[in-house]
Amino acid sequence: MALKFVPFMWQFGEVILAVALAPLFAGWIGQCRAWMQNRSAPPLTQQYRMLRKLFKKDVALAENASRLYRTAPYVLFATMVLVAAITPSVVTDLPFAHAADAIALIGLFATARVFQALAAMDIGTSFGTLGARREMMVGFLAEPAILMVFFNAFLLFDSTALTSLVDNYSTHPSVIDPSVIFAAIAFVMVLLAENARIPIDNPATHLELTMIHEAMVLEYSARHLALVEWASSLKLFNYVCIGIALFLPWGIAIHGANLIAILIALAALSVKLAFCGAVLALIESLSAKLRIFRAPEFLAMAFLIAVLGLLVHLLLGANTNA
Amino acid sequence: MTPDSIKEAEGGLYSNLRCRKFEAGAVAWRNFAETTRSDGGRLLALWGTDDCDRDGRLRIVACYLNAESLAVVEHAMDSCSKPLYPSLVEFFPSALRMERAVADLLGIQSMQPDHRGWLRHNGWPEGVFPLRRSFNASTQYQLDSEPYSFIQVEGDGVHEIPVGPVHAGTIEPGHFRFSVVGEKVLRLEERLGYAHKGIEKRFEELRQKEGHKLAARISGDSAVAYSWAYCAALESITQTTCPPRAAQLRALALEHERIANHLGDLGALGNDAGFAFGLTQFSRLKEDLLRIHQPIFGTRYLMDFIQPGGVAVNLPQDAPQLLLDHYAALEISVSELRGIYENHAGVQDRFRGAGVLSNEIAVRLGAMGLAGRASGIAHDLRVDCPWHPYNDVTLKIATQTTGDVAARVNVRFDEIVQSIMICRELLTNIADGAIVSDVPDAAPGILGVGVIEGWRGPVLIALETGPSGMIRRCHAHDPSWQNWPLIEYAILGNIVPDFPLINKSFNLSYSGQDG
Repeated sequence: MALKFVPFMWQFGEVILAVALAPLFAGWIGQCRAWMQNRSAPPLTQQYRMLRKLFKKDVALAENASRLYRTAPYVLFATMVLVAAITPSVVTDLPFAHAADAIALIGLFATARVFQALAAMDIGTSFGTLGARREMMVGFLAEPAILMVFFNAFLLFDSTALTSLVDNYSTHPSVIDPSVIFAAIAFVMVLLAENARIPIDNPATHLELTMIHEAMVLEYSARHLALVEWASSLKLFNYVCIGIALFLPWGIAIHGANLIAILIALAALSVKLAFCGAVLALIESLSAKLRIFRAPEFLAMAFLIAVLGLLVHLLLGANTNA
Repeated sequence: MTPDSIKEAEGGLYSNLRCRKFEAGAVAWRNFAETTRSDGGRLLALWGTDDCDRDGRLRIVACYLNAESLAVVEHAMDSCSKPLYPSLVEFFPSALRMERAVADLLGIQSMQPDHRGWLRHNGWPEGVFPLRRSFNASTQYQLDSEPYSFIQVEGDGVHEIPVGPVHAGTIEPGHFRFSVVGEKVLRLEERLGYAHKGIEKRFEELRQKEGHKLAARISGDSAVAYSWAYCAALESITQTTCPPRAAQLRALALEHERIANHLGDLGALGNDAGFAFGLTQFSRLKEDLLRIHQPIFGTRYLMDFIQPGGVAVNLPQDAPQLLLDHYAALEISVSELRGIYENHAGVQDRFRGAGVLSNEIAVRLGAMGLAGRASGIAHDLRVDCPWHPYNDVTLKIATQTTGDVAARVNVRFDEIVQSIMICRELLTNIADGAIVSDVPDAAPGILGVGVIEGWRGPVLIALETGPSGMIRRCHAHDPSWQNWPLIEYAILGNIVPDFPLINKSFNLSYSGQDG
């Protein structure tokens, strides 16, 4: 009887882990970036300190801010927590995962985006609208590309649920398909664009005219800003975990998980996160920010690469069948 | 004096460059500008002065830069109640903001239609003029904002983006009003003057021998250029010659200031293109240079190194070797980084073709210094009319023709290399002897003009002496006056998110133009 609740325990534990680790992961990327640029790095816990500071402050709200503006940070945060709940980062035996497949996942990200853009326009500052406009442009170009990446995985492992993808991968570990490489490249490109990283956006900039994500949250303060910031680091964390589930799923505890499998999965996750964070920092340090009108080219390229992956898979698949 | 008469001024003019001074009637004042324009001369500065206490007149003074000399033209206005003079805007568009500033500070209007204030910002009431003799600088006024009418662009889908004066980063205050369609900029209008500190009024309470300290603080990044310009003005009035060693040390400091600022800008330009690696590397090079300034010049930012009659600190015994070693290392690093910038596709994509300032517009608007050289205006006072010790130095003007961000980056790279060469030459030929000579108090009522090619362009200090060693009037002019309007043209047709990069490639002074 008690066993029935075990998956819920894993589920709960995984969400807590994601929420707690996300700022640490952001801090790790910042640290790697600092090292690569010969700067002395801020401490790993910098993000936590910032959150604590923000939660302690009093909220300053624009006079004309509506309820939408005030609720948007909570919606953002809740959506990202939900995404964390259906992403198999440690175990695949997730009761919530049945609620949404990978396509619904894209819907969740879109919901967060819409709320953020609406909130940015709500108070009517020019930078909010500017940022919202740019964000929607990036969003509508990124979504088809990420869908194509998922289709690659669906075709390979015959499922649209992330958890079953991982399960199926583990049962056929010998499957190494060239299409995966195409999909992985496209995924990284979308990840950079969706998470406001260089070369599409610069999270460290102070130049309000060049901002995308930062321009939308310029007017937020205190706990609202804390939630928005936390939600963005959680979004990045989720994206990386989705990437890991799709392309580096080794070590994730599959059905009937026990404590040892979980511990192995945790160790594997931390190694993979450390690696991915360093790779992201490397990409960001090596590239300059693109002119904003190059963003469509960049994302169209991601889409094209993902489609190429699909074609490669179908062509090679046809060959082996013949 | 009849309106169309012009004569060479009796007292003459004192300057570190070759110069002539004229007194002109209203018509001659305008004609002089027209002739200067058609002869290829440029407007260097425009200022006014209140002589009501002396002869009941207000004066407007223009300083022109000809091929190898300066020309200063003075026009006196009869009445103190409603002074008016012919505008120079039709010949020199850059005169517009200077004329508006003169109207704010002295109540002398030019005959051009734009009567919006430029520096006042309601910081003092309308009809009160701070640079008049009757104005008491310690008066406090209630500050409340007043509307300012920007020129509106109308059309389908056109909207405005107001930016500043408070920005998201720690930078100086300035307001930029963009009229855009989507991301494309149709028009940009600047509003400056937020950093007006009343420096020119403050000068009038200082002694001639302490003015150089205030001059160094007009725009902190050009401390050497300003304090040298001030000292040059004072020394030419008092006919003092600065010892040869001191002159060489001044030039050394000026070139160091140029190198340090160019290094800082190159890093910031990389950062604005999202290439943080460039920022960290160039910041390190700049910091290394500033650290070596401390033991050698006694100050990191070269503040107050130059003083009337010479320099404040003598070069330590081991300094030449230390500096030569430093230059060798600096040269290698800069050329390596230049290679990285030039071979980085992403950085070049941002730099090239962004913020193009055509040679035609640059000439029309009278672009000064570095920004002008990047658009093919081959003027550099160090070469055109060299003052001591630049007449003993070999230098080739660094120019580019494309006028885009990449051109301004390349001019900076070239100038770093050339400044290092100049420094080497100065250090190998350095003279022995004193580093300061005595400067006597000047007789009252003499005008001296000091012009120095700073890293941004020519910096001017016009100094009029008062009785018993005091300053009667001091006007400081920054090349940013001429160059700010250039950005309004360079941005046209570019997209909004490229503005910070384009703005940075000019890197103009707010404080220097606001005064």
